[in-house]
Amino acid sequence: MTESAERNAAMDSPGPDQDGHLPADGLDARLVVDRGSFRLDVALTAAPGEVVALLGPNGAGKTTALRALAGLVPLSDGHLRLDGAALERTPPESRPVGVVFQDYLLFPHLTALDNVAFGPRCRGAGRAQARAQAAAWLDRMGLADHAGAKPRRLSGGQAQRVALARALATHPRLLLLDEPLAALDARTRLEVRAQLRRHLAEFEAVAVLVTHDPLDAMVLADRLVVVEDGAVVQEGGPADIARRPRTDYIAQLVGLNLYRGRAEGHTVRLDTGPAVTTTEDLAGPAFVAFPPSAVTLYDARPAGSSARNLWRCEVAGLESHGDQIRVDLTGELPLVADLTTVAAAELGLHPGAPVWATVKATQTHAYPA
Amino acid sequence: MTRSVHRTHRIRRTARVAGAGAAALLALSACSSSSDTDADADSAGAPSSSAKLSGQVTVFAAASLKESFTTLGETFEKQHPGTEVTFNFAGSDTLAASITGGAPADVFASASPKTMATVTDAGAAAGTPVTFVRNQLEIATLPGNPGHVSSLKDLTDSGLKVVLCDKTVPCGAAAQKALDASGLELTPVSYEQDVKAALTKVELKEADAAVVYKTDVKAAGDKVSGVDFPESAEAVNDYPITLLKDAPNTDAAKAFIELVRSAEGQRVLTGAGFRTP
Amino acid sequence: MTEPAAKTPAPAGADPVTAGPRRARRRGRTVPVPLLVPALVGLAFLLLPLLALVIRAPWSGLPEQLSSPEVWQALRLSLLCATSATALSLLVGVPLAWLLARTDFPGRGLVRALVTLPLVLPPVVGGVALLLAFGRNGVVGQWLESWFGITLPFTTTGVVLAETFVAMPFLVVSVEGTLRAADPRYEEAATTLGASRFTAFRRVTLPLIAPGIAAGAVLAWARALGEFGATITFAGNFPGRTQTMPLAVYLALQNDPAAAIALSLVLLAVSVAVLAGLRDRWMSAS
Repeated sequence: MTESAERNAAMDSPGPDQDGHLPADGLDARLVVDRGSFRLDVALTAAPGEVVALLGPNGAGKTTALRALAGLVPLSDGHLRLDGAALERTPPESRPVGVVFQDYLLFPHLTALDNVAFGPRCRGAGRAQARAQAAAWLDRMGLADHAGAKPRRLSGGQAQRVALARALATHPRLLLLDEPLAALDARTRLEVRAQLRRHLAEFEAVAVLVTHDPLDAMVLADRLVVVEDGAVVQEGGPADIARRPRTDYIAQLVGLNLYRGRAEGHTVRLDTGPAVTTTEDLAGPAFVAFPPSAVTLYDARPAGSSARNLWRCEVAGLESHGDQIRVDLTGELPLVADLTTVAAAELGLHPGAPVWATVKATQTHAYPA
Repeated sequence: MTRSVHRTHRIRRTARVAGAGAAALLALSACSSSSDTDADADSAGAPSSSAKLSGQVTVFAAASLKESFTTLGETFEKQHPGTEVTFNFAGSDTLAASITGGAPADVFASASPKTMATVTDAGAAAGTPVTFVRNQLEIATLPGNPGHVSSLKDLTDSGLKVVLCDKTVPCGAAAQKALDASGLELTPVSYEQDVKAALTKVELKEADAAVVYKTDVKAAGDKVSGVDFPESAEAVNDYPITLLKDAPNTDAAKAFIELVRSAEGQRVLTGAGFRTP
Repeated sequence: MTEPAAKTPAPAGADPVTAGPRRARRRGRTVPVPLLVPALVGLAFLLLPLLALVIRAPWSGLPEQLSSPEVWQALRLSLLCATSATALSLLVGVPLAWLLARTDFPGRGLVRALVTLPLVLPPVVGGVALLLAFGRNGVVGQWLESWFGITLPFTTTGVVLAETFVAMPFLVVSVEGTLRAADPRYEEAATTLGASRFTAFRRVTLPLIAPGIAAGAVLAWARALGEFGATITFAGNFPGRTQTMPLAVYLALQNDPAAAIALSLVLLAVSVAVLAGLRDRWMSAS
């Protein structure tokens, strides 16, 4: 901790630290937090320099996991090792962990500079030294002009960068970000996301961010860990998760129709009855997915259609989705389909209307469950 | 004990029951209009036992009269079934201020002529007040008198913590008079706001001695010891009592004053440490 | 609690933007009669007795009344003791409020009730209780006397203690309320930056709740300044040592109501001056 004071520009200096320890080996944790009605049990590992996103719906336990990592919530069970050191019993103020809170929690009575200098001061730096470090951090964030501003005078994006600088100024070995972009409006978000991505890429230690926004997760993180109901349901690279969702929640996030069944060659017989023909050749439990845009609708049974995947459905709901109409269908196979407005009008779709839906086998994707 | 608690409650309700008292008075004057309505203060002790008394009598009395007047109130209610005596015991000055401020009361018994004067000067008394008892100062010491106090002069010893009443209240004025008469200088640790507060300081052993009234020493039982001192003769307090001009229940009020001044009343009062006038 | 609902973001520069219109709207709207009438009745009820005091004050005799050195002695003692009592209340009351607001221990509800007890206790009873505790013969007082030779009754220190006893609950209640309203996550943020719980309290929480502490301190000071029952019971009444203004007023009332009114006016004037001054200086800062 003491060495951190001198390592002002250490953000991009990987390798052994001054004490000559082996290169940091990152995060290895199993977080168990038991709260009676809710139980979180999540295993999490990350290498130095890796950015991991905890993605999940509200109430899944993402923030609890983050707070457990920071030491703000005690672990009921499990372990937490950072660079080889066990931290389960270490109080939050002694953990080499930096946190960017959802609404930043910048101290309203301190200037941006003093907010950033707060950490170094608490970790033993003198007042002047801490302020010099803080000034350097703000400079890096492009906020040198706002050093004297109180948080309420900062824009959302500026506040976010001050919060990041404040967390980084203590040279954490684990950086935690709780919904880092949630407090921003859509326009600022785009810009801040890009900046944050750059800063995270420069960060040499482990970063864990929590988000319910798949776009944030996919843009910012190297690896996604999807949490639902306190447990990890899937993890992997953003592209892999987008292509092969394993739960309805992720399928919805990435915009796919997802079914589970049993594969026999090119056919996946779904647990609910109908079968889907695919191009993959599989055997055993499998998922099959296809995008809503792959679905074609007919008001009568299409004669001579080449599609083998043909189901009789009923329109449950309609909503506009960008320049498309998203149709929610029930029936033999519940699914969503995207249509152009013109197509929807020609079909005369309305809730309750019977339709036939087809999907080409080439547009489906099956993978083992 | 429960009795007195009960009374305190009733005193609080004085304002509310005043209306009822007034109604009772109307009924009374309607029934016995021929009786002595033109009575003045000299006839305060005039016999009126022939008339049938009823209703409520409100007596404002100095705090030092609490024990003896409570007893006399019970006696009165027994002698005159259908009557109810309500007391308001407090510092004489406070009572005088309430009376001149228009508080509904029948009788005022004060611990000093000076306080009584503020009531008569305001024209709130009916006739001339009469002195019904006197009270004399006494030194209250810790039980058993460990400091061996035997005179007023002993109190000037620097080793003793003495409390006096403030000069603005009767017991303080009287103590000052006694000290002046004997040419003594006494610096107390505190000038208490009333005699009970001064006595409490000794009862709680926070002070070694207090100059208070004999009646207070008596009422405190064995929690303090009393030491008589000759200079107390220089500062005897007269207690005047009077019927009030706006008394809602004149007849019963007169009867109560009569009881206080009777042999029986005086027996109760001397039993509490008062001297007859 | 797993996913704290997004609280209103502290930054986002929203404050300066919205403050303007919000204030303007508040001014522009008419006050509903069902609120206005009781409000004015309440105001009149509070102000009329004070006004009566001013109207009936013996203005001609006032200079003479106020030329007495005892008046200024009592006033000086009152200000000294009320200020000391406030300082003492701050020193122990703020940590107590923090304990009640931020920690969880068995019987906390009971402790909170006990803390507010002096608010409902008649001050005279409080004075007797103080005597029983800190008096020469008291539970603690007898040891103070025999070990350290300290006696509290009938001393200026005794006045300060009596006033603190009565005034501190106001401070504790006020500060605890402010603490509960303050976002505890700022303290968490501070600990993740390496601050111990005490440092977090000192450098983050304390500045954040400063307006609440100031308000509580003013309340406690005002209560201490007007304290009568506990003071006269515990510390007695001796000019220059324990006779504060309320005691002087009460005793003057016994035989010279005019003097009492004059003294009250002095106390009133000083209080208004101090409270108005503090309000401008501290309260508007928030």
